[in-house]
Amino acid sequence: MTTFEVGAALPAREFTVTRADLVRYAGASGDRNPIHWSERVATSVGLPGVIAHGMFTMALAARALDDWAGGPGRVREMGCKFTKPVVVPDDDTGVVVRVAGTVKAVEDDTVSVTLEVTCGGEKVLGMPRAVLVRG
Amino acid sequence: MAVDGSLAGRTFPATAPYPVSEERVAEFATATGSQYDGGAAPVTFPIVVAFKAMLALMEDPTVGIELHRVVHGEQRFRYTRPVVAGDVLTATLTVDSLRQIGGADIIGTRSEIVDANGDHVVTAHAVLVHSGEPA
Repeated sequence: MTTFEVGAALPAREFTVTRADLVRYAGASGDRNPIHWSERVATSVGLPGVIAHGMFTMALAARALDDWAGGPGRVREMGCKFTKPVVVPDDDTGVVVRVAGTVKAVEDDTVSVTLEVTCGGEKVLGMPRAVLVRG
Repeated sequence: MAVDGSLAGRTFPATAPYPVSEERVAEFATATGSQYDGGAAPVTFPIVVAFKAMLALMEDPTVGIELHRVVHGEQRFRYTRPVVAGDVLTATLTVDSLRQIGGADIIGTRSEIVDANGDHVVTAHAVLVHSGEPA
């Protein structure tokens, strides 16, 4: 059982992201923007290469939150900025997105959490945070 | 091309009702590796409905946005209750803010997502960054 105490750390999670994940996510989400699958289009608009959907990275952060909280349905608020693109190479190795977090506040019925979402040691989400319902 | 300044404050027509099926939620959960036990949908699932509202904005020829020049700047969800299979959701998008910085349009949007009874389920705030033509 997860204990909700101020200062408690969420166990860090690492998720590998490949081009195949982006294709699957494009289908499931309806976001078929070519910058998430075409190197040619991505570089034509100044990106370093094909990038992950920001929402895919956010979904990984949410997944870590749900797992930590003991299952889905407890998150009441979640938000972040997409500050740095996650560039996903065209190989089978992909890139690793790491999600960690800390409990910042505990109220009667809610828990506030700040996250740290990084790729290659650099933050890719700005101020990712969430409010969960306890118990 | 910058988007028209009159976009700020504009509310777009509600999206067509979106029936949330277990299949679609399971597909989204699989694509993001999230838990799904037939109850609450993953935290970021409402982006599927919100994205339809954003697409209506981005594909409106009078607005002047090119999809491949759009990068997601920020996203936030505020829930009244979790999304579950059986929900029939509609999203109504309002452009809350519009700024032009360095040739890019920073478009702040708010999609109010309600169920078949018109009751609030979740609000999805998104900031879209639309870059201009390359110099």
